[in-house]
Amino acid sequence: MLDKIGIAKRIAKEVKDGYYVNLGIGIPTLVANYVPPNLSVEFQSENGVLGMGPFPFEGEEDADIINAGKQTITTLPGASFFDSAMSFSMIRGKHVDLTILGAMEVAENGDIANWKIPGKMVKGMGGAMDLVASAENIIVAMMHTNKRGQSKLLKQCALPLTGVGCVKKIVTNLAVLEVVDKGFKLLERAPGVSVKQIIDATEGELIIGSNTPEMII
Amino acid sequence: MINKTVKSVKESLVGVSDNMTFMLGGFGLCGIPENIIAQLVKLEVKNITCISNNAGVDDFGLGLLLKHKQIKKMISSYVGENDEFERQMLSGELDVELLPQGTLAERCRAAKAGFPAIYTPAGYGTEVALGKETRAFDGKMYVLEHAFKADFAFIKAWKGDEAGNLIFKGTARNFNPNMCGAAKITVVEVEELLPAGALNPNEIHVPGIFVQRIFKGVSYEKRIEQLTITKKQ
Repeated sequence: MLDKIGIAKRIAKEVKDGYYVNLGIGIPTLVANYVPPNLSVEFQSENGVLGMGPFPFEGEEDADIINAGKQTITTLPGASFFDSAMSFSMIRGKHVDLTILGAMEVAENGDIANWKIPGKMVKGMGGAMDLVASAENIIVAMMHTNKRGQSKLLKQCALPLTGVGCVKKIVTNLAVLEVVDKGFKLLERAPGVSVKQIIDATEGELIIGSNTPEMII
Repeated sequence: MINKTVKSVKESLVGVSDNMTFMLGGFGLCGIPENIIAQLVKLEVKNITCISNNAGVDDFGLGLLLKHKQIKKMISSYVGENDEFERQMLSGELDVELLPQGTLAERCRAAKAGFPAIYTPAGYGTEVALGKETRAFDGKMYVLEHAFKADFAFIKAWKGDEAGNLIFKGTARNFNPNMCGAAKITVVEVEELLPAGALNPNEIHVPGIFVQRIFKGVSYEKRIEQLTITKKQ
């Protein structure tokens, strides 16, 4: 079974040379730490920066340079700043190659819910709805089950949707899955996890091939 | 050169009154018009609608206007950093409309650029699209979103000149450029106000035609919301 860092390491393998990548808050943010340094990759943050670098050294932080999580950041050579409409032109216009974000629920048809729990304080969707509505390559990073042990890979989302039919791939602590016409196709098992464990933790339709390899991380 | 300068924040807000709709630039506390917000608190304008990506924190940014119960409605994409906001929202004192961040930006840009509305794929099939017109283009569904209508746009830029030309710094740019010219009157506060000719015309982010009033902000706190650092080895 993977921890959050394990999930981030597995997703980092999906990042290809020459990709512009948008990372959501939480596990997706960790992915940047595990992209091989020999790849040319630029990270976009929807508040208006392309070419994000690591956090600044103490004393070098600049209140005018932050990421979408409102954290102080730095920029790398080749970076650029731009306004919010241009930022979402990059996203909506499909210029960003890969979007990695978290989710509360994913349905077998690719619907995603990650912004609102009825009865709880609603903070807002931020850029998530724009990201999922347009990106052609969306990977969801999440735990396979919630804190009560219930599956987050469902026949149908119960929570209010963020987007419809948009998720292509899911990496959880148990498995790598692809959303296909008829459900979640199991591609890989996490180290030490059996297919039965994945079946038990998946409520939506699971499509299992004759052989499910263990992930290489 | 058409001179857009006003002497003070006080003069910059002539005409502001209760029940108006304001656009305010900024992402979190980054690139917010600090001096204008402080003056709006002093003016005690009430019952206002604010179009702004976020709602500040409890004791800074738009949180100051919330604390004094000046805001009737917030139109934002993310409002998670403010306890007073949550209290007023749950008690029903504050009306909140949440929109996808790109939609918020584009509804500002549409107002500025003379488009009555735009179609966006964001929010299709979700509660954001309820009651809104939808339409298919090339087999994909889109939601019709109208241009905002606002009385004032309050902008923070880094450098500006007497002609109202603006340059922004870092990610403090965010919503500011698209709000310039998107309201009846655009008011800009800058850290450095320079004579016409001092800025290179090739490097202007927003031309002065979109700006009606510009002044130098007296002071900037520039509070950091999440200080994150890399430890030196």
